[in-house]
Amino acid sequence: MSETRESGSEPLLEVRDLTVHHGQLRALDHISLRVLPGEVYAIIGANGAGKSTLLRTIAGLHRPTEGSIRFDGKDVTRIRPERRAISGIAMVPEGRRLFPSLTVEENLQVGATYARKGPWTIERVYELFTWMKDRRGQQTAQLSGGEQQSVAIGRALVANPRVLLLDELSLGLAPVVVQRIYGMLPQVLATGLTVLLVEQDVSQALRVASHLQCLLEGRTTLEGKPSDVTAEQVEAAYFGLRTAPSDQGSE
Amino acid sequence: MTAVAETTARSAEKYRVTRSRRNVAWTGLGALVVVVVLALFPYVVGAGSETILVQAFIILTLASMWNLLAGYAGLVSVGQQAFVGLGAYFVLILNIHSLSMFTALPVAAIGCGVAALPMWWLVSRLRSGYFAIATWVLATTVLLIIEKFPSIGGGTGMSLPHTPSLSTPVLEAYTYWIGLAVSVLALLAVYLLLRSRLGLVLTAVRDDEVAARSSGARVGLARMLVFVVAGIGCGAAGALLAISQLIVQPTAVFSVQWTAEMAFAVIIGGLGTIEGPILGTIVYMILQQALASYNAWYLIILGLVAMVIAIFARRGLWGLIDEHLHVRLFPVGYWLWDPADGGRRGARGLRAGRHRSGPAA
Amino acid sequence: MVWVNDIITGILVGGLYALFACGLSLMFGVMKVVNLAHGDLAVIGGYIAVGVIAVTHIPVLWSFVIVVPLMAVLGYVLQRTVIQAALDRSILTTLLVTFGLSVVIENGLLQFESANSHSLGVDNAIITSSFSIGSQITIAYLLLLIFAVAVVVLTGLQYFLSRSRYGRLIRAVADDQEAAQLSGIDYRHVFGIAAAIAFGTVALAGIAYGMYSQFAPTTGTDTILLFAFAAVVIGGLGSLWGTLLGGVILGVSQAIGAQISGSDEFLAGYIVFLAVLVLRPQGLIARRSAS
Repeated sequence: MSETRESGSEPLLEVRDLTVHHGQLRALDHISLRVLPGEVYAIIGANGAGKSTLLRTIAGLHRPTEGSIRFDGKDVTRIRPERRAISGIAMVPEGRRLFPSLTVEENLQVGATYARKGPWTIERVYELFTWMKDRRGQQTAQLSGGEQQSVAIGRALVANPRVLLLDELSLGLAPVVVQRIYGMLPQVLATGLTVLLVEQDVSQALRVASHLQCLLEGRTTLEGKPSDVTAEQVEAAYFGLRTAPSDQGSE
Repeated sequence: MTAVAETTARSAEKYRVTRSRRNVAWTGLGALVVVVVLALFPYVVGAGSETILVQAFIILTLASMWNLLAGYAGLVSVGQQAFVGLGAYFVLILNIHSLSMFTALPVAAIGCGVAALPMWWLVSRLRSGYFAIATWVLATTVLLIIEKFPSIGGGTGMSLPHTPSLSTPVLEAYTYWIGLAVSVLALLAVYLLLRSRLGLVLTAVRDDEVAARSSGARVGLARMLVFVVAGIGCGAAGALLAISQLIVQPTAVFSVQWTAEMAFAVIIGGLGTIEGPILGTIVYMILQQALASYNAWYLIILGLVAMVIAIFARRGLWGLIDEHLHVRLFPVGYWLWDPADGGRRGARGLRAGRHRSGPAA
Repeated sequence: MVWVNDIITGILVGGLYALFACGLSLMFGVMKVVNLAHGDLAVIGGYIAVGVIAVTHIPVLWSFVIVVPLMAVLGYVLQRTVIQAALDRSILTTLLVTFGLSVVIENGLLQFESANSHSLGVDNAIITSSFSIGSQITIAYLLLLIFAVAVVVLTGLQYFLSRSRYGRLIRAVADDQEAAQLSGIDYRHVFGIAAAIAFGTVALAGIAYGMYSQFAPTTGTDTILLFAFAAVVIGGLGSLWGTLLGGVILGVSQAIGAQISGSDEFLAGYIVFLAVLVLRPQGLIARRSAS
């Protein structure tokens, strides 16, 4: 398991033995992962598996009970979420979470408040999503789900992060819309970003991921490159079924 | 073993669910002893102490009611003085019509309970801050309306016209015993209420209102019941006030200071615990007596202490005691005895405070 | 026709009420805090002005130059320390803590000042006089000035919120604290700014009130808090113009009540307030729901 990842480049984001509780419920149980610069790391799993909790903890919105998070070589486990955002971790939260009393452009402007230096500007976001410039004065409530998702992504991009956390992009969107949104991923990656995403839609995740990890009830059940795992292994890991002893999963 | 199989195996061993850790009978006996001792006070102590204790009874009654509202039903009312005033005025009005003030007390209490219904209708849909302000406005409105009636004293107030023709020590002793009875009944009522179905509903609502509603809990009804009970209790306290002072003045009986005093006593003693108001009243009386000659100081100190405790010790002084000694004088929760644990895990029962739970992924 | 005069006065007084209310509205809109000590802060502003004037002998009309920034700083500090600590616990705790603060402030004033009323006498002859329109309408210049100041402040605040960078941040944090954090915003600092604005405006209103009328230690809760809240509720949360409208409606109801009977002035206002709470709690100009 993960032999090739131990050597080679330094991980941009590293999570070790992360354990997170919601009250008395254990949502994550000793999760570890390493995201290398430039890759698209996908976390998949069923509802309640702990995926969003993982992302939110990395972003700083949850405090882990145990474990550590290292970003760019520095320990950020105890750092407040806004400081993490300023140092280069940007999250597109589940459900978009746009600011309803702000217009499209104002949402982007807020995202750019503490932006780092880099290629992404509001204008560049308008180039990425061509419809947006004409509608930039509109209230976000008037946009469709897919359009709102684009604005949310734009808001994260204008901060010029190093790593982009995408939480359930496909939620509530038609498949055709989802594909279009994921279609912008190559342009994002071309500017040097790294992506860590969470998806319930497994096939979509497999299409874009360069590395994959499956969670079930807070534990890792599978990890590896999409090309190295079979559909049966993914299915077994996703649902928690028993498979043949030659699987790559670990409890 | 999978998680499911494990749990099934464990429950085959003996779990026990009990109402309290120790025998409740001991607490009941202790309470009885305390009440008897207190009842004997008029034979032993002088009139001055009795007056102080009557004041304590008033505060204790008010505090248990406010605790019921804010600590269990989540209703922060800054307008309970409305019922204090109404209770006092009910006694005055009944006394004007020649009813003995002692007999008037229970009538006044019931009257306040009835008055609570239209008030609840006005404020029930409001939440937290809006609810608080609305109750305050309501209380002020009631005061302004009552002040318009010269037959009950108008803006200046009026003494009770038909006081019983008893000697002062006897009158004070009767007042004292009535006061003792009122506060004991108030505590008992709160205790029984919380042990009942209603108490269960209130805890469920406090933890997760949406889930409670969807499980069929009659949340609105529960809250209304609590508001009415609190109205009765505060009304009884107001009636007691009128009896002990023999005069009813609108700005005094409708003063928001009553809410301040009952709230501070509860917060300091322990919000969301039944023992809290008792402890809080004791602290309040000590402070008041100690600082009696310094006018407004006791409220300043009380207020500051209450603020500090509200932030740093959510469940007040009693909460601190409880955490370290696991004592519960009034058992309303459940204790779960886990054989694997050596019998030490306790279910949290009815306490203030919620888990800060985030959304499941 | 005496009515017309009173109604005009009521409208102008409404401006003062709106000035009281905008800070309350801001704190509730941004951080969901109902500051039960809000009225007392206005009174503190008044007392500080009295003290400052006594020491520095500056003209009464300029006292706000010192007092307003002072109170704004106090607001920021209080928010970052006490109120934030209470917010971190729960909304219930903020109610308890601001209530405690209110009692402490009032009793502190009673203890250190007397229970007597104070007034900020304005010695500018023009301001204290009135002008007349026709034979039946007399308007005090002071009141007109206060109304003008209220409109200017509210306009400025509205402009600040909708156009400036910090205004945007305040609106964003008010909408969604967590999402704002994800964009690098420290919401505690933004809350502090909002509190500073609230404290500053209410201090200004308190000084104006002291010039127009008089204040005593308990005026904060006797009068100001409930009026401020009434203006917010009647007008509707989330709109500063709504607050102005609410203040005006309150002022006019009080004027009408005073016409009916001298002692009914406040009662009329409270009844209108209760009516709105019951019938239309989101207020007349609702941008957000009030529940």
